[in-house]
Amino acid sequence: MTTLLSLKNLTKRFGGLVAVDHVNFDVEAGAIVGLIGPNGAGKTTVFNLITGNYRPDEGDVIFDNQSIKTLPTHKIVSLGIARTFQTIRLFHKLAAIENVLAGCHCRMQSGSLAAMFRTPTQRREEHQALQTALKELEFVGLQSQADQLAENLSYGNQRLLEIARALATQPRFIILDEPAGGMNNQETAALIQTIRNIRDRGITVLLIEHDMSLVMEACEQLVVIENGAKIAEGDPQAIQSDPKVIEAYLGTDEE
Amino acid sequence: MELFIQQLTNGLAVGGIYALIALGYTMVYGVLKLINFAHGDLFTIGAYLGLTLLTTLGLTNYLGPFGVVIVLALMVMGLVAIVGAALERVAYRPLRQSHRLSAVVSALGASIFFQNAVMLIYGARYKVYPHDILPRTAIHIFGLDIPLIRLLMLLTSIVMMIGLYLFIQRTKIGTAIRAAAIDQGAAKLMGINVDRVIMIVFLIGPALGGAAGLMVGLYYGQINFTMGWLYGLKAFTAAILGGIGNIPGAMVGGLLLGVIEAMGAAYISIAWKDAIAFCVLIIILIVRPTGLLGERVAEKI
Amino acid sequence: MKDKRLVIYAVISVVLLLSPLFLNAYWVDVLNNVGLYTILALSLNIILGHAGLFHMGHAAFYALGAYTTAIINTTYHIPILWLLPVSGLVAGLAALVVARPIIHLRGDYLLIVTIGFVEIVRIALVNNVFGITGGSNGIFGINRPILFGWKINKPWEFFYLIWGFAAVTIFLFNRLENSRFGRALNFLREDDVAAEGSGINTAHYKLIAFVIGAFWAGMVGNIFAAKMTIIAPESFNFWESVVLFMIVLLGGRGSIRGVILGAFLVLGLPEIFRQFATARMLIFGAFMVAMMIFRTEGILPPLPRKYPIAKMLGREGSA
Ligand SMILES: Nc1ncnc2c1ncn2[C@@H]1O[C@H](COP(=O)(O)OP(=O)(O)OP(=O)(O)O)[C@@H](O)[C@H]1O
Ligand SMILES: [Mg+2]
Repeated sequence: MTTLLSLKNLTKRFGGLVAVDHVNFDVEAGAIVGLIGPNGAGKTTVFNLITGNYRPDEGDVIFDNQSIKTLPTHKIVSLGIARTFQTIRLFHKLAAIENVLAGCHCRMQSGSLAAMFRTPTQRREEHQALQTALKELEFVGLQSQADQLAENLSYGNQRLLEIARALATQPRFIILDEPAGGMNNQETAALIQTIRNIRDRGITVLLIEHDMSLVMEACEQLVVIENGAKIAEGDPQAIQSDPKVIEAYLGTDEE
Repeated sequence: MELFIQQLTNGLAVGGIYALIALGYTMVYGVLKLINFAHGDLFTIGAYLGLTLLTTLGLTNYLGPFGVVIVLALMVMGLVAIVGAALERVAYRPLRQSHRLSAVVSALGASIFFQNAVMLIYGARYKVYPHDILPRTAIHIFGLDIPLIRLLMLLTSIVMMIGLYLFIQRTKIGTAIRAAAIDQGAAKLMGINVDRVIMIVFLIGPALGGAAGLMVGLYYGQINFTMGWLYGLKAFTAAILGGIGNIPGAMVGGLLLGVIEAMGAAYISIAWKDAIAFCVLIIILIVRPTGLLGERVAEKI
Repeated sequence: MKDKRLVIYAVISVVLLLSPLFLNAYWVDVLNNVGLYTILALSLNIILGHAGLFHMGHAAFYALGAYTTAIINTTYHIPILWLLPVSGLVAGLAALVVARPIIHLRGDYLLIVTIGFVEIVRIALVNNVFGITGGSNGIFGINRPILFGWKINKPWEFFYLIWGFAAVTIFLFNRLENSRFGRALNFLREDDVAAEGSGINTAHYKLIAFVIGAFWAGMVGNIFAAKMTIIAPESFNFWESVVLFMIVLLGGRGSIRGVILGAFLVLGLPEIFRQFATARMLIFGAFMVAMMIFRTEGILPPLPRKYPIAKMLGREGSA
């Protein structure tokens, strides 16, 4: 197995707070990995460091044998890392299909001049993008709501739409921040299947989730952080019985 | 050296005016995150109301020069505060939940409205303040003759600023204003009546702006219905210079901008005076967008 | 529904096209101004409407175009219409230089910086910068444009030049809106972070929006200079920028038809209500406030983009 993503001594401080504290872990290509920990542990901050939304104070992010810690976010996306947001960040006033087209953007070429003169290449590209977008909507089961405004979708469907948008960037690696947040049991069960389908397309998955049933069922490997530092790593069974993890969760009155 | 000190005092006096107006911008921005474009026109209204009261009430028959100015200032501040609160009620409150651009346009509309209302009432020509209200004497310090009125102006604006600062820092209402500026939602949960806070901000800011208008009338002796724009823009520059939303910042920014401008006019070129202010603004925003006293915060994602 | 709209557009276009036949020179000139402001506001619409960048200094780019034409035409006598792309390029380059350092600023900061920029440009023109702008008197003796040997001189001749230019602009900008480029601007307007996180180079698109908007404003400056034959700094003051800003927001940001209507209302209504000459701006200000309260999105907000979704799904279904 080859390592796709590797975090090396990753550290981020906000003023006096060490949100991420010398975190190290690797993600193997083709795996489904869960990043868990109590509220405020620094999970989302790790994601933001991977995607270039924040810059690390120390350490490095290696993706596909290349350091990406200084690259701008859109470059990181075009290298093949896609993400969803914990607080859903869709383009609310735009149609579902356009939200997915946003993801197609980085695999397209035509610029403003091509658009004004509507060159044959530009038209072909638009057509292909639309097909890709529809295909991704179908993949998450939202094709029937393609022309609905994003804000009119149900909460669970908005999460799925974010996943479709991320998939439209044709990533090799997708990171999902609490994808089941706000979903009911049925939706969560369907989501687990979707996550597996994503992996079966050859896309590596890293996800943050508080829903332990999802984590235990979907993930093959878990990384646990608390107060910014990694406290455990391993397969779900081992993690479940790890005393440090139990203490971290019980100690903070979680779940 | 003489030129330097003259320009310094002049710059501080004008800077005091900028600071007073800037306080209105910064307080409103603090709680509403809105540039109140009509604020410069409230300043104009202050100048015109001062003139009307001065020429119609005949205060000079009963009071000495300082008594006249103090009574005048209180009346102007009260009246402009009412206009300010009405402005908030009519033009901004209905837009609290809308897109921020809408409030900006509404503010521009209000500005056009006020400017033209003043023009319709008072005419488009320059109006002249009676120039014998305050003694036109000069004070002899550092071997220089500095106009008394200039020092009085500086003193007045500093007194008002300190008063406001204490009000904001020491009183309950002041604390509520600071809380609402940091996080309106949380302030609401803590039982703060945010509507009332906003109303108070729209009383204080315009009152200070109105006072500044009166001071400009007394100092320069000439007023015009369009004067609010340039003063307003410069005062907003001052607010950004100091760090918008930051009350001491507006004071420092105003005084600093006044001095920079006065020095630029003296040592660079008077024709470029207004451009200097804007260049300062652009440089500050590029180099330190949070202003001199603002803090840098990373956007939470 | 769609057909009805097309009929309305067609009728309006035909009436507009024939209007010089039944209007006197004064009103044709009013329509010429409406046309110039329509194009200017459409160019601002790319920046303000589509990309959502609070830009209140558009008159600066307009001024740069007009002065480029005026200076080169009066000194080297190069024909006006040859200078059309040159004026656009100068304004576009200026946008590239000016916008780059300020593009990342938050909304209101950008607003105030662009106001500062337009004021600096105006002051520079008044101060006869480099000795070539003619100070506050401006530049006079600018030639009339000659199109295929026809000298454009009278208001009705300018009418067809200006509205022809407007038609081309509408055609091109409509295509621009409905493309990867137009969508990218909307994405970053709606949510900058999400757009960047979806792989869109937001800084680049903001910059290009500025450059395209400025390019067009520069070209309008060229035609304005030729129409007036004399230009002065006061034509490009801060208020011109405010008027353009208002047109876009009242008409409907991001909406071509809205912006056109906005230009007619903002420039046309004051002309119609001339008898209330002094009070019209007062009413106008009050109207702006009311408009924002009761119809925030503007009079004619943009229609959603159309995609042949049903057709594509249908084809896949039958395959
Ligand atoms: N931009 C920021 N500025 C200041 N502090 C921040 C910022 N972003 C995150 N933090 C802080 O860093 C810590 C970790 O936050 P983070 O969002 O990464 O936690 P999390 O593990 O995702 O928690 P949750 O499960 O609640 O989503 C928190 O204390 C948070 O307040
Ligand atoms: Mg989180």
